[in-house]
Amino acid sequence: MTQAAIRRWYLVHKWTSLIATLFLLLLCATGLPLIFMDEIDGWLTPPLPAVPAGARTPTIDDIVASARRAHPSEVPMFLNRDEDEPVYFISTATRPDETDDTRIHTDQYDARSGVRLDRPAINHSVMFTILRLHQGLLLGLPGTLFLGMMGVLLLASLVSGAVVYAPFMRKLAFGTVRKHRSRRIRWLDSHNMIGMTTMAWLTVVGATGVINTLAAPVETLWQNGQLAQMTAAYRHVPPPTRLTSVDAAVRTAQAAAPGMAVRFIAFPGTHFSSRHHYAIFLQGSTPLTARLVKPALVDAGTGRLTGIRELPLYAKALFLSEPLHYGDYGGLPLKIIWALLDIAAMAVLASGLYLWLGRRHVPAQTRLSEIRPAGLPEAEA
Amino acid sequence: MNRPTRLRASSLGLRHIFRWPLLIGLLNVAGLVSALVGDGWYDALSWLLLGGTLILMIVLLAKRSSD
Repeated sequence: MTQAAIRRWYLVHKWTSLIATLFLLLLCATGLPLIFMDEIDGWLTPPLPAVPAGARTPTIDDIVASARRAHPSEVPMFLNRDEDEPVYFISTATRPDETDDTRIHTDQYDARSGVRLDRPAINHSVMFTILRLHQGLLLGLPGTLFLGMMGVLLLASLVSGAVVYAPFMRKLAFGTVRKHRSRRIRWLDSHNMIGMTTMAWLTVVGATGVINTLAAPVETLWQNGQLAQMTAAYRHVPPPTRLTSVDAAVRTAQAAAPGMAVRFIAFPGTHFSSRHHYAIFLQGSTPLTARLVKPALVDAGTGRLTGIRELPLYAKALFLSEPLHYGDYGGLPLKIIWALLDIAAMAVLASGLYLWLGRRHVPAQTRLSEIRPAGLPEAEA
Repeated sequence: MNRPTRLRASSLGLRHIFRWPLLIGLLNVAGLVSALVGDGWYDALSWLLLGGTLILMIVLLAKRSSD
């Protein structure tokens, strides 16, 4: 590569990094506790009360009835069962297509007794605020899309970083950290070594983070695409006035997909179903198939199955990006490794910033010799 | 200005420079995918591969260079 080309790649590395670094540091810092979100939430929430004597295991219809009694002017939107505890979460609002989170009530019910749990709402917890900050700087969709662009800059910075890495390493063995030269050289070598060893992880976490920022557009795409197709025959049919049993709908869906469990249920009128359907999202049992949910639409007036499909590829990419971004798919050891890699990423960002801040005090000749170490073949200079 | 010689020399250099980063990257991707496709041993393999990268990083930082 010519010296001019190296210089251009170096400028790409410098500017993409400079623009994104502070945001990426914020993402690393807020991402660190989010890796352990389940554990932290587990400590913060009080344990489940004892099951009262004579309590009967509630059906899903019982939970829905309780939620309707608790919020008489509202309709159910979504229901799911916690993965760690015997707890149902059910969301209600005055309109099933409500999008304003502050107007949606999410209550928790003991899945062993049907008792409504007196727990603080999830969207009031500290972890939820950190999540909001991480996902969109508390600015909603514009914030999310902005962070997505910072993710794209990170990917450009990684590629250009790998390109400018080559000329540094003509005379050095991989991973050399020179400790007896200047402090600057030590930081530079550390930046290069940690950056290159964490490159694959950073690329995966960066790329899946970018995909996660596209969740809202992907949802819209799915609603207007597959969901609209599956419910096309119902477009001019008035919605049912009496809804059939949710438990029966679940059984119907599971009969069509043996061996699959319910991930969550969207009630008629929500953005994840139609005005006529229960959408039962089914999941498999491996970490991979648990993420690749299958929507089954059950007619909420007749209780019959309208259709069950695989999600389209773009939606699968979104569902798979979540675990690969948050590292919550391989037990606690993987989470700890994820946290340490996150700290390594912060070290790369901080050392890069240090190298740039210290730059102006370094004579021009030193800068040049760092980019082009002595002994570079004449033809390439 | 003999272009073929220059290209060959530089691609040999690149292979040498990127040999280790590429190997580490592939092992890390294998670790990331492993925990996704299964539990138990698949998780353990993922811990080994990704944890090994962390240990390598610490060893390289702690190692005294001759320079």
